[in-house]
Amino acid sequence: MEEMKHYPDPAKVREELVGKYPAKVAKKRTKSIVINDPETRPEVQANVRTVPGIITQRGCSYAGCKGVVLGPTRDIVNIVHGPIGCSFYAWLTRRNQTRPETPEHENYITYCFSTDMQEENVVFGGEKKLKQAIQEAYDLFHPKSIAIFSTCPVGLIGDDVHAASKEMREKFGDCNVFGFSCEGYRGVSQSAGHHIANNGVFKHIVGRNNTIKEGKFKLNLLGEYNIGGDAFEIERIFEKAGLTLVASFSGNSTVGQLENSHTADLNVIMCHRSINYMGEMMETKYGIPWMKVNFVGAESTAKSLRKIAEYFDDEELKARVEAVIAEEMPKVKAVIDEIRPRTEGKTAMLFVGGSRAHHYQDLFTELGMTTVAAGYEFAHRDDYEGRHVLPSIKVDADSKNIEELKITADPELYQPRKTEAELEALKEKGLEINGYEGMMKQMMKKSLVVDDVSHYESEKLIEIYKPDIFCAGIKEKYVVQKMGVPLKQLHSYDYGGPYTGFIGATNFYRDIDRMVNNPVWKLIKAPWEKAGNGKSTELEASYVTQ
Amino acid sequence: MLLRHTPKEVKAREGLTINPAKTCQPIGAMYAALGIHGCLPHSHGSQGCCSYHRSTLTRHYKEPVMAATSSFTEGASVFGGQANLLQSIETIFSVYDPDIIAVHSTCLSETIGDDLQQITKKASDDGKIPEGKYVIYASTPSFVGSHVTGYANMVTGIAEQFAKSTGEQKDQINIIAGWMEPSDMREIKRLSKELGVKIVLFPDTSDVLDAPQTGKHEFYPKGGTTIEELISVGDSKCSLALGCISAEPAAIALDKRCKVPFETVDMPIGLSATDRFIMSLSKAAGVDVPDEITDERGRLIDVMTDMEQYFYGKKVALFGDPDQLIPLTEFLLDLNMKPIHIVSGTPGQRFEKRMKEILQRIPEANFKNGLNADMFLLHQWMKNEPVDLLIGNTYGKYIARDENTPFIRFGFPILDRIGHSYFPNVGYAGSLRLIEKILGAFMDRQDREAPEEKFELVM
Repeated sequence: MEEMKHYPDPAKVREELVGKYPAKVAKKRTKSIVINDPETRPEVQANVRTVPGIITQRGCSYAGCKGVVLGPTRDIVNIVHGPIGCSFYAWLTRRNQTRPETPEHENYITYCFSTDMQEENVVFGGEKKLKQAIQEAYDLFHPKSIAIFSTCPVGLIGDDVHAASKEMREKFGDCNVFGFSCEGYRGVSQSAGHHIANNGVFKHIVGRNNTIKEGKFKLNLLGEYNIGGDAFEIERIFEKAGLTLVASFSGNSTVGQLENSHTADLNVIMCHRSINYMGEMMETKYGIPWMKVNFVGAESTAKSLRKIAEYFDDEELKARVEAVIAEEMPKVKAVIDEIRPRTEGKTAMLFVGGSRAHHYQDLFTELGMTTVAAGYEFAHRDDYEGRHVLPSIKVDADSKNIEELKITADPELYQPRKTEAELEALKEKGLEINGYEGMMKQMMKKSLVVDDVSHYESEKLIEIYKPDIFCAGIKEKYVVQKMGVPLKQLHSYDYGGPYTGFIGATNFYRDIDRMVNNPVWKLIKAPWEKAGNGKSTELEASYVTQ
Repeated sequence: MLLRHTPKEVKAREGLTINPAKTCQPIGAMYAALGIHGCLPHSHGSQGCCSYHRSTLTRHYKEPVMAATSSFTEGASVFGGQANLLQSIETIFSVYDPDIIAVHSTCLSETIGDDLQQITKKASDDGKIPEGKYVIYASTPSFVGSHVTGYANMVTGIAEQFAKSTGEQKDQINIIAGWMEPSDMREIKRLSKELGVKIVLFPDTSDVLDAPQTGKHEFYPKGGTTIEELISVGDSKCSLALGCISAEPAAIALDKRCKVPFETVDMPIGLSATDRFIMSLSKAAGVDVPDEITDERGRLIDVMTDMEQYFYGKKVALFGDPDQLIPLTEFLLDLNMKPIHIVSGTPGQRFEKRMKEILQRIPEANFKNGLNADMFLLHQWMKNEPVDLLIGNTYGKYIARDENTPFIRFGFPILDRIGHSYFPNVGYAGSLRLIEKILGAFMDRQDREAPEEKFELVM
């Protein structure tokens, strides 16, 4: 990667970012603000506690578990055990689109279920009310599955959601009831909830149905949540390329698909942060290798398709993938040729998620834009520096509290999809199996990498770099825009999308072109403000005679 | 169908709430604190609470919503959150420099028994609160009441912790705003000015959550009730509380603490409630109602008479918060409409009592509040007895689409339209806006669905 030129000195920027903090806070934050070197990839302090009082982008474990991972599966009745708010705030707010097979098929995504815990439940225990709620959900809907999500008070008062779930599961016989201990205080961010969700889905859903789906090239798509229809676009491309999607974790998915997912021959991972645990566990138990892909960006999509074809090592598939790329790319190129002259040379900042701040850099590169600073909201060091750092990551008290499942090969179902020799051969060809190199490798030398950026740091960064666009979430949207800089939401896409695949790339190009070139940003100052204050300026008009 | 699993048959539920018509206390506390000038709301709990509340308020206002969090981890949950709050206070004053930090609790900090009064006292004793700065607090456990309760608790906290009585009465009247929009608060101030009454309105989110685009982010926008004003409310002649659930508790506290007498009136939504508000305020201040206000009222009545045929007998389902639903239901009756299904997730007997009085003319009306009074039940009622209009927050659009029912967005949160923060629902002007919306909903439907030969030019 080339070096950043004509930009502020990153070392000085870092000093300025932490300058106002109390000494201890400054010391801590400095470790999370790193001057990038794509070759050496210096250590980024990540996945550590946010300093209390700092205005952070981060949410909680429950949000990661229920909101992110389990939310998008349409036929699970997701009951939130706790006071009403937690369920209310996660109600439809993540834009996980879903397309039931028929108008009669199950879809509970539009519903919000809660035990609406009251003071007496906190004092005397809430298990009875929980069981009552599960019974009522079963009687009303007869769903295939009911999932229970614990909120903060549940863990503290000692309600056993797992025992309650088991009891009800056994009572019903035809409904899979399972619980998650995803109390908001666990871990340091949403990330803990992802891990807890992965564990629960793996324990309670994956592997329950051994039916082998038809199709020559069967794969699962992991860490794709179908926000704005992203998964629909990937599904379209897979179908065209002759790839059979067994299950998506979890955009546009059903429990049935997840139960059957261990019959696939490859797991491709979109969001490494939220779902890598699943890839690892399925590899160990069933012998399915995983591969990091990125369908955000047209070039990245083409690259990812080629990697998949290379993995299956089938000439017919390779030819078909090339045919798809050849058919799709000219349409993308037509759009980029029109737009790029207007976006070339502009700058972007991305502070969002656990993989989006990386993925979307590909789209900006395609637009000829430079990412001057980026960071994740809840990622770990491996998402920045690459998985080679995994052995050196210290497990702190907050991470220790998250269960690590002990997985072993399944005595009957373990079946390595590739031999060691085959995997080695693929690696020789440059195929990254079970690996991820992280964000920093792709970013320019001397660009800034900031983990868990605070509100204060964001404002400073904008003041210093004056980027043409800032990418983050809803909480940052209007703050940044009040500063006169357009903000692209990369959780909700500002209610647009899809942004994946070939169609998604063109959607994104158009949206960014619109945003960075919108004349409204030049209209902010009133004419009298531009000319100094109206009161103080001399009357300039002259008397016109005919 | 988006809500395809909702059956027509109503069965009693005790454990499961489905599609709630309420949310939890802390978000109300956060909203109330934003109505104080130079104040940073602080959520004493897990990060998720603060993140969710800021997100929801931001989606509703399309404005910056700044707030901090104690960022509880498992350790804090076991050992107590005192250290987190003390560190938060220190960090906030050095980095964000507010005049006031308004701390509210959450279900987490309440369950472990954190005592906000004791911790803020310790912060003060330890010198963590700079001279001239304040840390105020409200206890807002999520497992009690609703978002409306949280709002009321924070407003009460503001009154209790700022108001001082010097013994010298000021020629001003406190208006304690129930949970209303910045546009509504602006309208209350305008009406008071028309009446010529000096008021202190608190909280006041106008010029905070409807701030102009200037190219500069004002961390503390120019709006909000000032500290000086808040201290002075203890010397006011009296208080007018707008809403028995969200505003009255603060008025009671002020009466107890500073002997400021109060009157509770309904939030001035619709004709009759606005009439009562104007009467009470003019009486309290000893002023006559100027012709301008009488004319405003006259314009509202004029439209009500002009368009009466479109309102008559129309059935309405509504959901939301009690302080809005009470006067709104009354207004619908003034319009000769039939509110027949009403739910509010916010508990309290006042709602039931008032609704019973207001709905005497409609014996078939269903209304329920508190536990399990949710939108699922409302939808079921609508399936049994369809309505011509649904009024409620954005979540109502799913029911409206499934049932092909005209729908007006009203209440909190409104996530998919703008206007609520800019144009009031209160006062005669706000009532006129409501009427315009109601007529628009009916007439758009008529225009869309009328057979060609019955398509009307003039309506």
